[in-house]
Amino acid sequence: MDAAIRKAKDSFGQIFDKNLHDLVRGIRNHKEHEAKYIAECIDEIKQELKQDNIAVKANAINKLCYLQMIGYDISWASFNIIEVMSSTKFTFKRIGYLAASQTFHEGTDVLMLTTNLIRKDLGSQSMYECGVAISGLACFLTPDLARDLVNEIMNLMTSNKPYIRKKAVLIMYKIFLKYPDALRPSFPRLKEKLDDPEPSVQAAAVNVICELARKNPKNYLSLAPIFFKLMSVSTNNWVLIKIIKLFGALTPLEPRLGKKLIEPLTNIINSTSAMSLLYECINTVLAVLVSISSGQPNHNSAIEVCLQKLRILIEDSDQNLKYLGLLAMSKILQTNPKSVQMHKDLIMQCLDDKDESIRLRSLDLLYGMVSKKNLMEIIKKLMMHMSKAEGTHYRDELLAKIIDICSQNNYQFVTNFEWYVSVLVELTRMEGTRHGKLLSSQMLDVAIRVETIRPFIVAQMSILIDNMHVFAITNSIPSKENKNYSDICEVLNAATWICGEFAANLQNPMKTLESMSKSKVTNLPGHIQSTFVQNIFKLYVHLIKKNSQDYDECKRLTDYLIDKMKIFEQNSDIEVQERACSFLQILKYVLKMLDSDPSGVENELWSLFEGELNPVAPKAQRKVPVPEGLDLDAWINDPPSDEEQNDLTSSQENHIFVKNEKFELKSYTSYGGNNSSDIKTSVSVGAKKIQPDISEEDLAKYKESRKIQIESNPFYIKQMKKSESNSLMSNNMSKATSYSESIRSQSIDLKIPISIPGVTSSDSYYRMSKIDDENKKLKKKMKSKAGKDSKKKKSKNDVEEDDEDEENIPVVKILANEMPDGVNNDSDDDKNKFKDPKDPHRALDIDLDEPLKDYERLPTSGYRPGILTDKPKKTNGLKEEPKKESNHKKEEKKKSKSKSKDAEKSEKKSRHKKSDKSVDLLVSNDTVNGHENEYNELLSPEHEIKTVITESKIKKQDQGDDLEFWLSGTKSEEKEEVKIEEKIEPKVEKKSKKSKKDETKDEKKKEKKSKSKGKNGHHDLKQAEIEDSKNIYKHVASNKHLNISCLMRPNHMNLNQLIIGLRLDNITTDDKLKNSEISSIELNLLNTSSLKLIREDKKSANDSIRIPFSLSNSSQNEIEYFFEVSDCTYGQILKGNFIYIIKSDLGTIQDKIDFKLKIPCSSFLIPTSCDNDEFSKWLSSGQLTSKYSIKCNISNYEDINSILGILTSNFHLTKIEIVDNTASIFASTMKHQPICILIKLLGNETLSMDGKSTSQSLIENILDELKTVISV
Amino acid sequence: MIKAILIFNNHGKPRLSKFYEHYSEDMQQQIIRETFQLVSKRDDNVCNFLEGGSLIGGSDYKIIYRHYATLYFVFCVDSSESELGILDLIQVFVETLDKCFENVCELDLIFHFDKVQYILQELCMGGMVLETNMNEIVLRIEEMNKLEKSEAGLGGSQSKAITAVKEMNISNITQKIKDIKLPELPNLGSIKLS
Repeated sequence: MDAAIRKAKDSFGQIFDKNLHDLVRGIRNHKEHEAKYIAECIDEIKQELKQDNIAVKANAINKLCYLQMIGYDISWASFNIIEVMSSTKFTFKRIGYLAASQTFHEGTDVLMLTTNLIRKDLGSQSMYECGVAISGLACFLTPDLARDLVNEIMNLMTSNKPYIRKKAVLIMYKIFLKYPDALRPSFPRLKEKLDDPEPSVQAAAVNVICELARKNPKNYLSLAPIFFKLMSVSTNNWVLIKIIKLFGALTPLEPRLGKKLIEPLTNIINSTSAMSLLYECINTVLAVLVSISSGQPNHNSAIEVCLQKLRILIEDSDQNLKYLGLLAMSKILQTNPKSVQMHKDLIMQCLDDKDESIRLRSLDLLYGMVSKKNLMEIIKKLMMHMSKAEGTHYRDELLAKIIDICSQNNYQFVTNFEWYVSVLVELTRMEGTRHGKLLSSQMLDVAIRVETIRPFIVAQMSILIDNMHVFAITNSIPSKENKNYSDICEVLNAATWICGEFAANLQNPMKTLESMSKSKVTNLPGHIQSTFVQNIFKLYVHLIKKNSQDYDECKRLTDYLIDKMKIFEQNSDIEVQERACSFLQILKYVLKMLDSDPSGVENELWSLFEGELNPVAPKAQRKVPVPEGLDLDAWINDPPSDEEQNDLTSSQENHIFVKNEKFELKSYTSYGGNNSSDIKTSVSVGAKKIQPDISEEDLAKYKESRKIQIESNPFYIKQMKKSESNSLMSNNMSKATSYSESIRSQSIDLKIPISIPGVTSSDSYYRMSKIDDENKKLKKKMKSKAGKDSKKKKSKNDVEEDDEDEENIPVVKILANEMPDGVNNDSDDDKNKFKDPKDPHRALDIDLDEPLKDYERLPTSGYRPGILTDKPKKTNGLKEEPKKESNHKKEEKKKSKSKSKDAEKSEKKSRHKKSDKSVDLLVSNDTVNGHENEYNELLSPEHEIKTVITESKIKKQDQGDDLEFWLSGTKSEEKEEVKIEEKIEPKVEKKSKKSKKDETKDEKKKEKKSKSKGKNGHHDLKQAEIEDSKNIYKHVASNKHLNISCLMRPNHMNLNQLIIGLRLDNITTDDKLKNSEISSIELNLLNTSSLKLIREDKKSANDSIRIPFSLSNSSQNEIEYFFEVSDCTYGQILKGNFIYIIKSDLGTIQDKIDFKLKIPCSSFLIPTSCDNDEFSKWLSSGQLTSKYSIKCNISNYEDINSILGILTSNFHLTKIEIVDNTASIFASTMKHQPICILIKLLGNETLSMDGKSTSQSLIENILDELKTVISV
Repeated sequence: MIKAILIFNNHGKPRLSKFYEHYSEDMQQQIIRETFQLVSKRDDNVCNFLEGGSLIGGSDYKIIYRHYATLYFVFCVDSSESELGILDLIQVFVETLDKCFENVCELDLIFHFDKVQYILQELCMGGMVLETNMNEIVLRIEEMNKLEKSEAGLGGSQSKAITAVKEMNISNITQKIKDIKLPELPNLGSIKLS
């Protein structure tokens, strides 16, 4: 009964179930209880997913997709999604893949189940099924999927359907990101796709390469000629834009490329009607101009064209073009600020634009356009904007920009600092700004760097302090609820510090002191309060000094402050409390001194704040190098228990603070209040170093050393030579005071939101400067009138006048030693911005010009047994066959091309056979063979030849030559194109000549070489064994009867064992002994310190071993023995003898032969694979502590490759990298001791070898053995 | 690279979301909300570019959007894409929708959420532009629809009849909803699309 109902429900389920329409409509109809309704729907969906009917499931998944979009997590249905994906119907499959692409990601664990499903779909006959699979895969690719499916995608790249091709090409980028190893083997095919007849496929290929090149441009420089050609041929604007963007990324690396590009690009600029293309061309031309930089006069026309076009863009009514125009303009600004300045009017107009994006862009431009002359004007305009501007974001942006503009290049353009200070003060009146800190640090900076401005700025700051109440104190804490918070009270931080530090310039210090110690201060944030306390102290010291004769006054003052300090004494901020307490103690002490012995108090106090402060670069603290041998994390003493520690540190700190008070206080007076905490920690670190039972003497010593340290420390800069600036200061002082008086009278009628009497206005300065200008102009006119008769005189006057101007500009103090010693000023922090370790593009920084190596292949899809289904195998098999054929054809073609290649060809073929066989041995799967061929087909014909010869150096040069040639060419484009094509052929010839030479020279060598190549690869150990068995047995000993030779190799089955094969030849030549037979052979062997014979017969080591064969005349046989190896670092000598009986016509004779078998260190090396990364990891790991270098003469090798060939054929070495005349080699012993070797070919037929390993004797022995092989 | 493609209406209701980078569902909704807030407060006559929001992207990313009647089409792209090119791409997308749905309106997008996704799949793949030729996209979509129909066969006609009955109710709602109009691109001299 139940079953019947279920069946009925299954077949009619669709009718009763909701579909996507119903769901959406339902949600719209249940606006009130949307969440509840959806919860119900999800329950329904869960029920539907439990049914067997795939249609019902697909419908459910489709609904889930919609729910996912409106924010519901559907990851619980991942498995069901895969079920739907695996449906045979396209309709459902598509739904499944859509859901997967929306929800699956790298962390989805069920994704590992999909590999074969996707593989099947990729191989589907229906192109839409395949397409859907690729599209989906592009969204949820994982490294595993990428590795397992890259071969399938590679096949699809050559599909006959453009629809599939374009998708396959495009997804390659995603594959590279997830699986960087795929890049090199598949790149040649990707390159081919640049010439695809189908524009969309071509576009996809361009797209992929552009994305790759954007992050690692230098590897793609060699493609420039191809893209250049494409640029002149293509009519697809999408492709053109991409290519032009790509060139923009390449030109910084190769200025010559830029020069070549300018002409065609300007042509496009002048001819195209597509704005997008025009814009990108301008951008790239600008990039080119930046890269060429050094003013080439003939490119001025290009700049002009760009500017002209940009002006048209900016003037356009379309806001988009205006925006982009400004964006591009800012790029010109970097190189040709002058030419942009001509368009100042336009940019100022844009400042008034209603579009915020455009206003911000034009603000950027303003930054580069200011000069001494127009700074005031521009800033005035910006200030006006600010008062009008709506929205705090834009206003804050404006504020930051104003400060940016003025402070650029150390206030290069500020001529009147009083004006600038008044601008800053005015900016503090901005409501709701979040740049209080910026303003504050700017004020400090000006006060410290510009000595002449101090009297003025101090006066202004004291006014600010007097009017503390107007700063929105309550709104100063940033929190989520309080979105309108403002940190403008930060300026008080600067204000108090400036007043305290430069108290000498205060007109009425007592008044300032009073307003600083108002109880309102306690409403400020803690760090500002602590600055207040500290600077009250400074002011106090200043006043004491001033009134040093009037002890009563001093006493009164001290009493007053003791009273005032009490409000800070119990402050909630620990920093404030601490400072207040120590200040109070000092005050009380002073009071005592004043009572008993008042003379000299002021000097003692004064000494607390002696010395001048100098600016310190913001990065300085970070750049202080950690002294060598200092490990900040290491404990100096054993870590004490918690309680102890607390006690100790508190007592110590007190101790140090008393003794070192002077230093400590002095360091507090450092730049602003913000740094103080840093400095304090450094002091307390010092305290920790001192042992608890430290003696007075030690302390004195410590103090001494600290003094010395301080003296050599650039942060404690001593008195500077101030003579110059002093004189300047005195000059300007009188001026300044008169200025400020005049300002006061003027500023009354100004409109300031909440006006503070006495605060200056930048406007007045602006007006004044205008008047000044007018005056100057008048003067000039007068002068020019007066000096009309002689033009020379006039020009002279001009110069003088300019000089006058210069003199009025105050000196901005820029010190060379703002950074600590021993720090190079490179902005290395900024350089590494790309090197974000998470950036997947880092792994794609791969050299593509280097020829492919044997081991660089895409993982063949060796199906795991069991998972394998029949279908894909079939389709794969079908697919491979025609390809093999085409491959064959190709080879034939090549054969006819040049006969000289034939020799190589055959050799190559034999190599193929070998590798095929070996793979066959491993996996008896026909698909593997297919892929083997597949892989070879990937290589362009050029490539193949090169890999055979494996002369990457030459190849690289050739490629380089290509580019060189192309770049240096000055002839017309068409001619060049022909030449590029032609170039390929002569190259082939060159190669073949070379190979001929090689062959005739040393055929044996070549054989070895090809063998060694096999070893390098990922070929399995079995293959290595096969090759080893072909290795020659080496002679050990012989007498008139017997010749012994041996062959040693590591046992791959058990890496602790060495296999020694002994071969015995009966070489009896004596006529009398004809028909003799050597029999009853017994072997006696002595174990060495590290080699132990493994005996199966369980006899003791000293018993002789019977050889189970006898040798007739001139026959040979061999036997293998296994030795256990306990140490790989030394070579061994194995001693032993054979005892045998010769039976002949003459009777039987017993004889014996002694032998010594040298087992060199290198015989413990095992074949390993190692890539570049691993190699560098080893080198940088610090584990390779032993080093050894050696030099040897070489005369019979022409280049590094032949040397490497010899080495790798004789030893189990892995070639890592060859660069020019150096090569790196990796090897590993049976005990997994790594050996890294760098060989370098020096000029005069010498070869240097440097090795690193974990054991000294090992590396020495190995290198010595390498040497003997090479120099033989 | 395109990082995300969003469509939402004037009230910020999502109509389509495609993220080419993984975000949790909550994050996706936050991004949609933030983007809506950024975009919706801008006048129609200001430029269509925005420096990226705080949640999605960073300094290298831009939001490029277009506003059609009741819908915003938003692309979040990095600097390897051409700004004007993406604007044209949005136009291609909308025109394709218009062709596939015959006078597309917001309701089409609401009720055919899946179909819109399929169309988008033909336009962009894994964050990269796949096809810019509208006719090609339309052709592929039609062929896929045919394939779907052929699979549905007899059973399909049954279910089709049901949906037809169900859809009769919708017509009441649709009346009030404006069609999306396709304004001409102002002076863009748009890219040749083939």
